[in-house]
Amino acid sequence: MGGAAVATSVVLSACKSNNNNEIIPANVIDGQGEMTYRVNPNSGDKVSLLGYGMMRLPIEGGADLRQNPDAQVDQEMVNEEIDYALEHGVNYFDTAPVYTRGRSEGVTGIALSRHPRNSYYIATKLSNFSPSTWSTEASKAMFEHSLSELRTEYVDYLLLHSIGGGGKDMTGMDMFNARFIENGILDWLVEQKEAGRIRNLGFSFHGEQEVFDTMLRWHDEGKYHWDFVQIQMNYADWNYANRIDPDNVNANYLYEELHRRGIPVVIMEPLLGGRLAKQPDFIVKQMKEREPETPVARWAFRFAGTPEGVLVVLSGMTYMEHLMENVATYSPLRPITPDENEFLMKVAEEFVELKTVPCTACNYCMPCPYGLNIPAIFAHYNDCITEGNMPAGNPEAEEYRRNRRAFLLGYDSKVPYERQASHCIGCHQCEEHCPQKIAIANEMRRIDEFVEHLKQQG
Amino acid sequence: MLKKLRITLAVIMILLVTALFIGAGYGISQWIGWAAKIQFLPAVLSLSLIAVAIIVVALLFGRIYCSIVCPLGVMQDIYSWLGGKIKKNRFSYVKEHKWLRYTVCAIFVVCLIFGFTPVITLLEPYGNFGRIVTSFYMRNVTLSIIAWVMMLILGVLAFLYGRAYCNSICPVGTILSFFSRFSLFRVRFDQDKCKHCGLCEKNCKARAIDAKAGTVDYSRCVVCGDCTAQCKFDALHYTAKRPISKTETASSEPDLGRRSFLVGSAIAAGTAAVAQAQMKVDGGLAVITEKEAPKRQTLITPPGSVSARHMQKHCTGCQLCVSACPNNVLRPSTDLMHFMQPTMSFEIGYCRPECTRCGEVCPTGAIKPITKEEKTAIHAGHAVWVKDNCVVLTDGVSCGNCQRHCPTGAIQMVEYQHNGQTVMIPTINESRCIGCGACENLCPSRPFSAIYVEGNVMHRMD
Repeated sequence: MGGAAVATSVVLSACKSNNNNEIIPANVIDGQGEMTYRVNPNSGDKVSLLGYGMMRLPIEGGADLRQNPDAQVDQEMVNEEIDYALEHGVNYFDTAPVYTRGRSEGVTGIALSRHPRNSYYIATKLSNFSPSTWSTEASKAMFEHSLSELRTEYVDYLLLHSIGGGGKDMTGMDMFNARFIENGILDWLVEQKEAGRIRNLGFSFHGEQEVFDTMLRWHDEGKYHWDFVQIQMNYADWNYANRIDPDNVNANYLYEELHRRGIPVVIMEPLLGGRLAKQPDFIVKQMKEREPETPVARWAFRFAGTPEGVLVVLSGMTYMEHLMENVATYSPLRPITPDENEFLMKVAEEFVELKTVPCTACNYCMPCPYGLNIPAIFAHYNDCITEGNMPAGNPEAEEYRRNRRAFLLGYDSKVPYERQASHCIGCHQCEEHCPQKIAIANEMRRIDEFVEHLKQQG
Repeated sequence: MLKKLRITLAVIMILLVTALFIGAGYGISQWIGWAAKIQFLPAVLSLSLIAVAIIVVALLFGRIYCSIVCPLGVMQDIYSWLGGKIKKNRFSYVKEHKWLRYTVCAIFVVCLIFGFTPVITLLEPYGNFGRIVTSFYMRNVTLSIIAWVMMLILGVLAFLYGRAYCNSICPVGTILSFFSRFSLFRVRFDQDKCKHCGLCEKNCKARAIDAKAGTVDYSRCVVCGDCTAQCKFDALHYTAKRPISKTETASSEPDLGRRSFLVGSAIAAGTAAVAQAQMKVDGGLAVITEKEAPKRQTLITPPGSVSARHMQKHCTGCQLCVSACPNNVLRPSTDLMHFMQPTMSFEIGYCRPECTRCGEVCPTGAIKPITKEEKTAIHAGHAVWVKDNCVVLTDGVSCGNCQRHCPTGAIQMVEYQHNGQTVMIPTINESRCIGCGACENLCPSRPFSAIYVEGNVMHRMD
């Protein structure tokens, strides 16, 4: 059972079940009020509960950059979306130097600078992952470059980007030390904060619990002070992150540790990279039976925003429809009731049982040096599971033959042969970059064997 | 009416054969593959009774094969018809070019016996038609040149002189002419009704009618029915009379002598270090260099072809198997002794274990049909490791992609000492390798694979 604290604000919807535990569909309409805000207890910032993630930006001609890595970002569309967001009360925008193949900060800067500086909060990060950026000069230069791209003199929320992950022969702490301690950068950032160029200093976390615990110990000891921390949280990771992968940390632990210290929590991956919006029919049905007109994604967003220690929930809203839907979700937030919480934990368990590959399509593994399109392969495989198209059972049966065809033809049309799983040589270079700790080479092999098995039935 | 019937059947046949080539990759051959198998030379090469049937038909009905079944013949009729639109009544009788026909036919038969392929390929009509059709969608320069030069020559000849090729060069035409001379059904003059106007002669695309003498050269008449349709006096009829008693034995089956030609060439070992893309976080697709085919010492021929020699002796270079191959493995060889005949290469795909298409469609038996089980038991080639290209040694990464995809388990990874490190390299068990090309195709080394297939001179099944 989740331990999420239910906010004490008024619940707007009708009861979802009566005393006989029957489900009664609720006639709910969200988005009739104002955007919900949370207050940062340290700085007094009044931050919209919905934050705009600027990683998955729209490209010209539709789709997104994963499908067409060299296309131009659609600046006009981004401008339109940011205008709408600001108009409807969204005031937190999260970016990073490495997002969108390095273009995100620039695009965000152009869009935001059309509005008064004090109408929004900018969050960006120090993304010095590559060893070539570990030197003091290089890291400093990255920060300065961020300010210039974002067309601002100061950053409201600055994060040490994605700490906790190790590398080749390096633990998570080794990596952290190389990126921020040995080069004196963490201390330098503290200085920047004192100079007013950074308003809130924090970090985002993916990886070893030891690193997270160490950061909080330093916070307790007064060695460093964290103004906020960004964690991956959603109704699947709440209790089951380490069931998806034993090396991952459950979100409930992360949240509790931060909340009891009064550190505001920023949420990323509320939809688990979009996968909680693409549920299989039997899960969707359960959600729609309760609230027929509520979009599937809204359940996840309501869950992510409910705990009172959450300052802002980030969503990478590529399309206008997503933005409009999420604005409605949080205008105002309808917190999750205990009964709904129980329901979502049950859904989470069913979701984890699907055994989809836990890829959030963040693209940090790309480019694969041998040409594979890793996120596309995983996406196709996962889609076949969630859409109920996995060939299973009797190979002679009509349904099996149909699913087999759909799988193979879909595979060929989404991923060119040269970039399919059969070409993975198992060099493992991608794995250290994966925030979800997916054993990518193993998964490639598994998928390749599956495909080969299907082909040989032809 | 003979002409109308001929045209209807001819159009159907040429459409079927064209469709067969275009649709070969899509499985259409299971319905209309017979259209290739009733062609004369393929029937001869596959020792099929259909060859005898064609000869019997020629003995009974004359060279209707040439007007209906042979797609190259129908193609020439189209050109000839176009020529007729420009200038009507343009033909005139010529004497049979005996010396030319028989010489070419003799050369053809000798080459067939001794397996001198280029001559067979270039002269034989069905293969020519196949290459013409496929040249429009196969991207292959040599194929296109060969096909279009022939198309041009035939086009000009037909446009001006009707069935000139069929009656002076085509060896199939010459062979059938031996029998059509004595055909039961033939175009005959009714001397009483004939007014000697000469209209029939002027419209005979075989130039076989001597209107003055009132004779038809049955060795060249292709029974098209143009003359009977033209005649205003009802003086020409396609009928049978008393059979001629003179008989002649059919020419004996070509004696399959053995001569082999091995082409040797050096192996090009290109260094193939893969450029490592800068690991830029958050996206991008690495550029993939296209694979290039290595120079093979022995060409690889598909499983079912028994050996390169068998292939050479039986293949007309029609490109039907090339069209049908779903993995883009077969392509026409530019090697002189295997000119236009299929050879295998693995830059795009490999010869997948469950596929048996080429043997299913081949009309000459150059590639015999085999079962799925037989396929992975036929050793058509053997893999060779090229140490200098292997990414384990050049890029310092672990690989083994070849071993993982070998359908017969012929590759095993073993320890190897390299620069003070222990790495795993592939080794090939020669007795298990069937030469399917999975390793060559999936090897990450580009542009030249670090493991590639050499053909076996003779396929074996042990």
